[in-house]
Amino acid sequence: MTRILIVSEHVGGKLNSSTAKCVTCAASIQGAEIDVAVFAADAATVASQAARLQGVKRVLKVENAANVEPLAAVLAPQVAAVAVNYTHVFGPSTTFGKDLMPRVAALLGVGQVSDIMAAESAYRFRRPIYAGNAVVTIDAAPDRKLVATVRTASFQAAPEGGNASIEAVSISADIPSHTRFVNRSAAATGRPDLQTAARVVSGGRALGSADNFRVIFSLADKLGAGVGASRAAVDAGYAANDLQVGQTGKIIAPELYVAIGISGAIQHLTGIKDARTIVAINKDPEAPIFEVADIGLVGDLFAVLPELENALP
Amino acid sequence: MSKILVGLKRVVDANVRVRVKPDGTGVVTDGIKMSINPFDEIALEEALRIKEKGAASEVIVVCIGPAEAQQQLRTGLAMGADRAILIQTDAAVEPIAAAKVLLKLVEKESPQIVLLGKQGIDDDNNQTGQMLAALWNRPQATFASKVELDGGTAKVTREVDAGLETIEVDLPAVITSDLRLNEPRYVKLPDIMKAKKKPLDTVTAKDLGVDISAQFKVVKFEAPASRQKGVMVKDVAELVAALKQKGLI
Repeated sequence: MTRILIVSEHVGGKLNSSTAKCVTCAASIQGAEIDVAVFAADAATVASQAARLQGVKRVLKVENAANVEPLAAVLAPQVAAVAVNYTHVFGPSTTFGKDLMPRVAALLGVGQVSDIMAAESAYRFRRPIYAGNAVVTIDAAPDRKLVATVRTASFQAAPEGGNASIEAVSISADIPSHTRFVNRSAAATGRPDLQTAARVVSGGRALGSADNFRVIFSLADKLGAGVGASRAAVDAGYAANDLQVGQTGKIIAPELYVAIGISGAIQHLTGIKDARTIVAINKDPEAPIFEVADIGLVGDLFAVLPELENALP
Repeated sequence: MSKILVGLKRVVDANVRVRVKPDGTGVVTDGIKMSINPFDEIALEEALRIKEKGAASEVIVVCIGPAEAQQQLRTGLAMGADRAILIQTDAAVEPIAAAKVLLKLVEKESPQIVLLGKQGIDDDNNQTGQMLAALWNRPQATFASKVELDGGTAKVTREVDAGLETIEVDLPAVITSDLRLNEPRYVKLPDIMKAKKKPLDTVTAKDLGVDISAQFKVVKFEAPASRQKGVMVKDVAELVAALKQKGLI
């Protein structure tokens, strides 16, 4: 019997949609029984959100004052302890899951499958390598516990409407004190979150300065979109690092992606290839971004953007 | 004084456009330029800077790979590492096996810091540092964009989805580098000459008593699904019309 434990991701009492995407991945495995674990200081609010996800059987609350911040070294021994009763342990392929899950796998004495993009069976998965330039199908041994991260851009969020039971679980695990949270600086922008936004407007190197990058924010606000940036724009200091879209930044799958002044390096394309519609505006007609764009416009962004903003309803 | 152990992986150079072999058994690597994994190069640069500030006495570079990986280790020595260890194998080594090998070296060398790239740009696994930290039962500070040492602790700023997160870890610890941690130095010709005289030891996983056999089996390699080429519009009016037609505005 396939029993899958999903390690939930949450911030400020709110379940991250990456968890619902892990549920969809897990539910694609035939006959899987899916539980979600919430590790928190106070897990009640998040647990009730997880319990509403369709396909979830049980939600496990693992409460401990040490779980107030998601430190991998603190959470991993607890996840490993809960994992004893499961055949599979999944987490999202976000920085939270990427940090935590390999530590869990090693504590369980097994390897990990990173970035599942499709589960062909309980022990056969597809995943991208070489920044998405190749896809491998890999087989895992059914006699070992399967630890994996789920590439969230490959799965839709599981819908609400479920009614899972919620249980408090107490475990004994040695929680280390060698790792301490200091602070987190998140830019509060009031814009939709890049990773979950239905629309995203991104700017690249052609913006030329942090000052000029304001035209991206302006168009994004007109569209009600989140804002992203290419690695070149982030490296040049035009945009904050958490806006970076691509292989080493965020991998996203919005309904509409508007790439402005982005040439389309493969590392960037890896981050957007699951977008429903890609619009590219670039003055170089040979830019690789046009190879993947659904709608392309060759032009000077500083002329096109004000005109576009005016023309939008 | 303390040592820093740095892992260097030999990978297809970042500027090579990787292609899947027509028979689906792997990617084309014949005659292709191989380099130090870029994230590992950043890790090494950070280790060298720590040593240059006087906070470490020795930087040891380690590679798990084929005999040809001596080239990458020599490059690491030319950058400024003091000595190198090659764990020679022709097999593809999974992160859990790499972590076990590194643990053996950690037990032998007792470094204060192990610095690794956050992921290899070949397999994109992003696992080895975290696994080593778990097996070693020590802290991990992954995706580092800033490292500040203060005696027995390190304050590490990490690139996370929400922005930047700072944690404090007791040493010894594993730190994995993100892109913006630093910009690696260029190697100068005299340093390449000097590097030839620096010690490079070769051992095998078997010498270390580690089983590096694979837990997973790669069934096939495929090229990714490509997107359909779309339409070009000539002006903003056409762009708006196209967006309307798709129901996007």
